[in-house]
Amino acid sequence: MSAGKVIRIAILAMGGEGGGVLADWIVDLAEHNGYVAQLTSVPGVAQRTGATIYYLELFPESAIESGQAPVLALMPVPGDVDLVVASELMEAGRAIQRGIVTPDRTTLIASTGRVFAMSEKVPTSDARVDADALLQGCELAAKRFVGMDMARIASSSGSVISAAMFGAVAGADVLPFGRALFEATIERGGIGVAASKRAFSAAFAEATGDRAPPGPPSHPARSGGGPFAEIQAQLPGPVLEIVAVAVPRLVDYQDAGYARLYLDRILQTVGIDQRHGDGMFRLTAETARHLALGMAYEDAVRVADLKTRAARFARVASEVGVRDGQILQIAEFMHPRLQEIAECLPGTLGRFLLRNPLARRLVEALTTKGRIVRTTSLPGFLLLYALAGLKRFRRSSLRYAETQASLEAWLERLAGAARTDYALALEIAECRNLVKGYGDTHARGLASYDAILSSIERIRPAGTRATAVAALRQAALADDSGASLSAAIRKLSGTETVAT
Amino acid sequence: MAERSFAAEVQTLRLGDGDEFRGEGILAITKALLQSGVAYVGGYQGAPISHLMDVLADARPILEELGVHFESSASEATAAAMLAASVHYPMRGAVTFKSTVGTNVASDALANLASSGVEGGTLIIVGEDYGEGSSIMQERSHAFAMKSQIWLLDPRPNLSKIVECVEKGFELSEASNTPVMIEVRIRTCHLHGSFATKANRRPAYDMKMAANEPRRDSRRIVLPPASYQHEKEKIEKRWPAAVKFVQEHSLNEMFGGDVGEIGVIVQGGLYNTAMRALETLGLADAFGKARVPVYVLNVTYPLIDDEVVRFAAGKKAVLIVEEGQPEFIEQAIGTILRRADMQTRIHGKDMLPMAGEYTGSVMRDGFTKFVCAYCPELVPDAGKPAAGDNRLKTALARIDGQVHGRPPSFCTGCPERPLFTAMKLVERDLGQHHVSSDIGCHLFAILPPFNIGSATMGYGLGGAAASAWNGQGALKPDRRVVSVMGDGGFWHNGLTSSIGNAVFNRSDNVFIVVDNGYSAATGGQDIPSSQHSNDIRSTGNAIEKAVRGIGVGWARTVNPTYDLKRMMATLREALTTREAGPKVIVAQSECMLNRQRREKPLREQAIRAGKRMVRERFGVDADTCTGDRSCIRLSGCPSLTIAPHPDPLRKDPVTKVIDSCVGCGLCGEVAHAAVLCPSFYRASIVSNPTYWDRFKAQATAAIIGWLQRRRPVPA
Repeated sequence: MSAGKVIRIAILAMGGEGGGVLADWIVDLAEHNGYVAQLTSVPGVAQRTGATIYYLELFPESAIESGQAPVLALMPVPGDVDLVVASELMEAGRAIQRGIVTPDRTTLIASTGRVFAMSEKVPTSDARVDADALLQGCELAAKRFVGMDMARIASSSGSVISAAMFGAVAGADVLPFGRALFEATIERGGIGVAASKRAFSAAFAEATGDRAPPGPPSHPARSGGGPFAEIQAQLPGPVLEIVAVAVPRLVDYQDAGYARLYLDRILQTVGIDQRHGDGMFRLTAETARHLALGMAYEDAVRVADLKTRAARFARVASEVGVRDGQILQIAEFMHPRLQEIAECLPGTLGRFLLRNPLARRLVEALTTKGRIVRTTSLPGFLLLYALAGLKRFRRSSLRYAETQASLEAWLERLAGAARTDYALALEIAECRNLVKGYGDTHARGLASYDAILSSIERIRPAGTRATAVAALRQAALADDSGASLSAAIRKLSGTETVAT
Repeated sequence: MAERSFAAEVQTLRLGDGDEFRGEGILAITKALLQSGVAYVGGYQGAPISHLMDVLADARPILEELGVHFESSASEATAAAMLAASVHYPMRGAVTFKSTVGTNVASDALANLASSGVEGGTLIIVGEDYGEGSSIMQERSHAFAMKSQIWLLDPRPNLSKIVECVEKGFELSEASNTPVMIEVRIRTCHLHGSFATKANRRPAYDMKMAANEPRRDSRRIVLPPASYQHEKEKIEKRWPAAVKFVQEHSLNEMFGGDVGEIGVIVQGGLYNTAMRALETLGLADAFGKARVPVYVLNVTYPLIDDEVVRFAAGKKAVLIVEEGQPEFIEQAIGTILRRADMQTRIHGKDMLPMAGEYTGSVMRDGFTKFVCAYCPELVPDAGKPAAGDNRLKTALARIDGQVHGRPPSFCTGCPERPLFTAMKLVERDLGQHHVSSDIGCHLFAILPPFNIGSATMGYGLGGAAASAWNGQGALKPDRRVVSVMGDGGFWHNGLTSSIGNAVFNRSDNVFIVVDNGYSAATGGQDIPSSQHSNDIRSTGNAIEKAVRGIGVGWARTVNPTYDLKRMMATLREALTTREAGPKVIVAQSECMLNRQRREKPLREQAIRAGKRMVRERFGVDADTCTGDRSCIRLSGCPSLTIAPHPDPLRKDPVTKVIDSCVGCGLCGEVAHAAVLCPSFYRASIVSNPTYWDRFKAQATAAIIGWLQRRRPVPA
């Protein structure tokens, strides 16, 4: 951008992201280099997670005659902003909605990382917004869009997002100041200079195109290698992708025989799909996914196994950022209850425990409190390690029997539905997604699942069943009290009465 | 200890004659008070003037050097009452608070002050919390000025002008024996700019002189017959004196323009945005030279009839740019022009919206309508789509529905969160209760994920707002009502209006006081129950002691609040106990934001010094998390978020704890209390471990590693 022109800048940042630091840097940069700067904001003193807009105007001193003073505005006016910097992708979208990003004038610099809103985090189903749509919106609305994951740059530089934003502004070459002047500003600030400059440089490089921003991480496509390769080779493409992940998972979960049981079940579904499907094998793909998750259910044994693995220790160390010379201790928050204990026992014993009042009370008395198990200490590790060793007895456990029966019934239900109503079969497959979690969550999910499956017959006319089941599934996910689902099912009965 | 320290910035308050000040609006206002020879200052924090209080607190050494007394008032009413010192004595005083809520609280004292009249200049600096970012009901301070006849200044948002208005405000107050209110909007408070300074002045008359030579004049006390005389005096003496002063000192400004048929009358505070709107229409340059004449009301009450008539003379129409409602200025100008029998047409709320903030685009639209109606040739491009309009429309269509609001919520590790988690969990057994809320951070519980709280009636009035359920005998509700109030509200007004009232009326309900050690929502200012010592204020006054003192029998302090089990048990007991009278729970743990601000530098220093330090944070094992998110619904912590599931078989996102986690422990407590999944772990990271630490860790790791290798895991 040429010198000698007024520059109007809006910065959108959330609490704790250093929007104020960035704004102060730009003021300092401008004031040291021949500009009059005005800055104002509506700080979120009481609204720490909302976005704050910082608005700056830079006016070249050379353009001011003596006796004159520019009248600087206090808020961005749509169509009148040269540079918008957003610390987060949804905030960039908000800037567009506010009209301060316009195609004829505005350079938009935004971090493409997401900080999820409460409305995306709270629902029981996936409520994340469409990040691609936001990116496309940014490309369309701005004269020029510079996007990069600044949160990633900040964290890999050991700095904060404001330094990355400053680097991106410098790299995008939208202000009439060279890189050295930007860096001198950071030095004048005097706090965390080295880390800030690392983040600055990394973002500068990305903004100047020295490094292509990485695309979204993709799961490596896997072919049907590994166990039962010859069976897997018979599977259609979309199914194979899932099965290739599922088979090793189940071998690890139990043994090769268990994975074989999975494959046999899938082969049956493939047969059904070939007869009743449209050649896309959507039913088998969905079934393969949910069946794998259902068969690799998380009982106490599985949890203990996963928690005691070397790879898990390494993952935690990297996630919490343990450095050389530091020691990591891990403590697990577990709350095994009567139900979970009974499930791991052999069928008869488990049922006895659940039914005998005396035994029940005894175990319940021992499990009223949650336990903290220190996996990095020997007693804690040995406890879980021994528990994980019970894997060899899993096939005789109560939970195994119950789960297999439930899955078999589900598969039969699918197969039956597919013959007459393929769309309904797909929906029934998807319903299995409700069965997840532990304890109360698992019980609630299973209850919702059972409630939906047992009400299918009541849906009339039969042709509307697929749509109705989808709606019921949505209702089951609408809250965690089950109220919406009960209401939806009651309404179903009501309609039925009216119809008959 | 306030959220933001101005220790370095306050040094600019020492600047002398002809120096250049560069900084924020709140500092400029403080500097202007010192240049004016103010003798005493008080106030109560609250956006947008919280930081003004912080600046004054941090400037204490400078104020003391000058002989200026500053105190953090207990409430806005206290602050306004402080101005009584200027009724009889020629002492300059200033107070500041958030408006209109603070002005509501202060209005008892303000009305008495305005009736009495003042000898010394008194200034009431109100932070007008209107428009974007506002946290209160949308009203105008203008009404208070009119009802009590307090003059209202609304300076152009330009630091020189604001400083000038503070200085002239004192003079105006003295010339007209009337308190003066200065209204500053939120962006003005945080405006970074510059102005030429003058040397600070010691007060010509100070409180020591006043105390040593007490004066009284019963004609200045609001009691009949003096009070009747005050009203007459307001109209016959003070008002004309004010009008004369405003005119003689040209407090309002008129800027000419070459288009003489129309004109714009604008509140001073809106001037900059109005000029920018005119500039985007090509009707002004960047230096405020407009083609349309502009009359800037730096004094919005009283209006100066002569000036209004002079400006309107010869014009076909004027547009009045007045933010908020009712349109007091527009109505008054209508009366003035009518009385003068002038035919100039008045526009205002017919072309600009009646309600809501006047942003640049709102004003641009209003100006376009106005100019098009009288001089369409000035805006030939009006109505034409902007360049790139279609691209913008496509972009807007693409992102439609993808931008969610970000309602405020509790900070990471906030000690108030477990209180509401406990309420939600207890609710599962005892059913829902009516919950009355107050003002403060705890009010965020009304939003997701907690959705707790039904009303907020004012600061310290949470308990009072539950008074309808104080009935006894047959009128006693079957299910107790719960009210929540913060410690800030408690000391502001709650102790008497809420708790005292409950005791007196024998309420049987439950009252929760959140005791986080600060007036946290306004930026972490100290209050009487703050835990740490303060050199100049009395802290450490326990809330439980205060409520017992006022007659509460059942009172429990739960510390720390993170002990979810204890919090739930205490709540359950309060809701079910047979003991009569109000049940008060003090939920006590330090505000995490302030605690981190205090502890983090010390921790880092200790690590650098080689001391053994343990940092705790929580995490979630993705391979056992099934993405049900009960944990988020029971917490809502910003560090507890979601991420794409690393398992390709799972479509729903996984829960994730990000590095901002401060290890408050609530996640673990929730996992236990609500029997959630076993995915949560607590990681303790030991920096500078001792030899014993290292030996133990290495030995354990050797055995664990050997056992792990015995059970190979596929890659």
